[in-house]
Amino acid sequence: MDFSTLIQVLDSTLRLATPLLLACLAGLFSERSGIFDIGLEAKMLISAFFSAAVAYTSGSVWLGLLAGVAASMVFAFIHGLASITFRGNQLISGVALNFLASGMTVLIAQSWFQQGGRTPSLIGGARFEGVELPFAIGPSDAAAAGRPLNEMLSEAGPLQLFYSELISGHSILVYIALAAVPATWWILFRTRFGLRLRAVGENPAAVDTAGISVVGLRYAAIGIVGILCGLAGAYLATGLQAGFVKDMTAGRGYIALAALIFAKWRPWHALGACLLFGLLQALALRTDVVETLFPFKMPVQLLDSLPYILTVVILAGFVGKAIPPRAGGQPYVKER
Amino acid sequence: MDVMPKWADVVLVPVVSLLLAMVISALVILGIGEDPWAALKLMVQGSFGSTYGWGYTLFYATNFIFTGLAFAVASHASMFNIGAEGQATLGGLGVALVCLALPWPHWALALPAAMVGGALFGAAWAFLPAWLAAKRGSHIVITTIMFNFIGAAVLNYMLVNVMRPAGSMDPASAKFPDGTNLPSLHDILAVVGIPFSKSAPANLAFIIALIACVVVWLLIWRTRFGFELRAYGKSESAAVYAGISPTKIIVVAMLISGGLAGMMAVNNVMGEAERLVLNSVEGAGFIGIAVALMGRNHPLGILLAAILFGFLYQGGAELALWMSIPRELIVVIQGLVILFTGALDNMVRMPIEKIFLAIRRSKQAAGE
Repeated sequence: MDFSTLIQVLDSTLRLATPLLLACLAGLFSERSGIFDIGLEAKMLISAFFSAAVAYTSGSVWLGLLAGVAASMVFAFIHGLASITFRGNQLISGVALNFLASGMTVLIAQSWFQQGGRTPSLIGGARFEGVELPFAIGPSDAAAAGRPLNEMLSEAGPLQLFYSELISGHSILVYIALAAVPATWWILFRTRFGLRLRAVGENPAAVDTAGISVVGLRYAAIGIVGILCGLAGAYLATGLQAGFVKDMTAGRGYIALAALIFAKWRPWHALGACLLFGLLQALALRTDVVETLFPFKMPVQLLDSLPYILTVVILAGFVGKAIPPRAGGQPYVKER
Repeated sequence: MDVMPKWADVVLVPVVSLLLAMVISALVILGIGEDPWAALKLMVQGSFGSTYGWGYTLFYATNFIFTGLAFAVASHASMFNIGAEGQATLGGLGVALVCLALPWPHWALALPAAMVGGALFGAAWAFLPAWLAAKRGSHIVITTIMFNFIGAAVLNYMLVNVMRPAGSMDPASAKFPDGTNLPSLHDILAVVGIPFSKSAPANLAFIIALIACVVVWLLIWRTRFGFELRAYGKSESAAVYAGISPTKIIVVAMLISGGLAGMMAVNNVMGEAERLVLNSVEGAGFIGIAVALMGRNHPLGILLAAILFGFLYQGGAELALWMSIPRELIVVIQGLVILFTGALDNMVRMPIEKIFLAIRRSKQAAGE
């Protein structure tokens, strides 16, 4: 495998890791506050649809993004209502919302666009274009020189290739996702809010005794989940692909959950886990590369299921123990 | 202290939840510009109006009885087995391997073997999550979710690389030999002279599902193991104090659960498709959760809830056929039913409890 192929694989790794990372950080906030969320998938999916639908209708990807985040917030709020206010089973609420999103998106898409449950393809301003960083070779340089981009990149040195193809040229949401990692770390471990949020996931009664609202903190976490999953879904439909198709999240919400456990509920490790799982997805798309990497014939199904297998291994505690926040999944009942 | 009489808990709360889910579903149908009343009539007509409709309704219900029982057995031990989907997938593999292994002369011989094959594969798929939960403290929800995905990959690999007949492009197994074809409800009811649609897929597996309901009831409420299971589910520390082994309860409960989910394949793989295809489970594993929730983890309740979901499935298919409502409406209704009967249970329960409390207080006041 030559250097430019490596860069290409890493480039698609980064793209594929972005929705995982955003959803994974969403799960991080949720589970750190003591709320299990197996409905990350639902929020991504509903956001993917509404961002694509509104972006197509209005022609503005930013309005689409806004709509996607709003839809994701609505679903997050329903989950909050079920698991915080009505103290229901958080897992069941997640299952229900996954069904609801999967059905609703197709139903609305069909009655809105009549294209068999998908949105029309997004073009121009209805999509997130790649951001060209300074000094990188991008489409505008290629247009100015009047030559194809591939040709210009193939002449560039390794450092320039690395910078132009891997670092530059992604949509703004990729950079936001990457920036969200240190931001999450800072919020969780360096702010008062973060301390309280972590405390509420471990021992809500203690937080309550200190006069801080458990319900309020958990709803705040739910709100952050809504925003992050909204970004993840919008990126899927308007960045990674051009439009919404049925069930386009394809289990990414669950992979994000797996990454969260893999990372043992820590932000920087989440970045690592999501990049690893993104790499596996990228390799599954490049069977030619896989053939050169492994001496035996690697079944693509094994590649697809590696994130899940690795997560089970981690959960089994053979490679370090994954200990979830202690109050996770339990509704908090205030003492009377 | 029980605030409500038992009938209110068992009947009133689920019925009110169901009504709420139906109202929202009607609003959804209105929202996409169709007539909810006409849709409901069509659904009822399509699923209960003919023996053909009944045949489909009962066929789907059979799947949901198995997965519902699977969830309920684990649930009584406080285990949240969300992996029935994967266990039923592997059960399909077991049933298919049994059916294709021998040139079976008659279904009466093939059926017990296929049931054992399906149950064994389903149970095997539940074993590792169960063992990890018992011994290593791994969260059963996450491990069973992961095993759903791994199971789908295993099936995909087996169908594409191993079981696909030579020359076929379709990722599916060969057709099972004729000796494995189960009698349909048409054949069974013809014996007693009741006419029943010939083309509907309901088959002998429905009778097996009914027997499974009775067996699960006996197991949970009439055996020593069932007592231990429920005791462990209510309080782990009390059960341990009474000398009940948590490892045994967790592993055996999950094996039974996985086995029941795996037996579902007798209905959909052996009884209907008569070959193994990709995604033959079609979400029945998850619907089992809803069925068990609505049925309050009791076999009788599960039977009724399974028929309700069978009605939704068959009715939804009719809607897709005769009105311009996509089949995904069923998925929405499922989601709403699970949301209201499961997650938002307290939203319905709290006001009803308040009403009963108020009635009791006014009675006490009148008595004094």
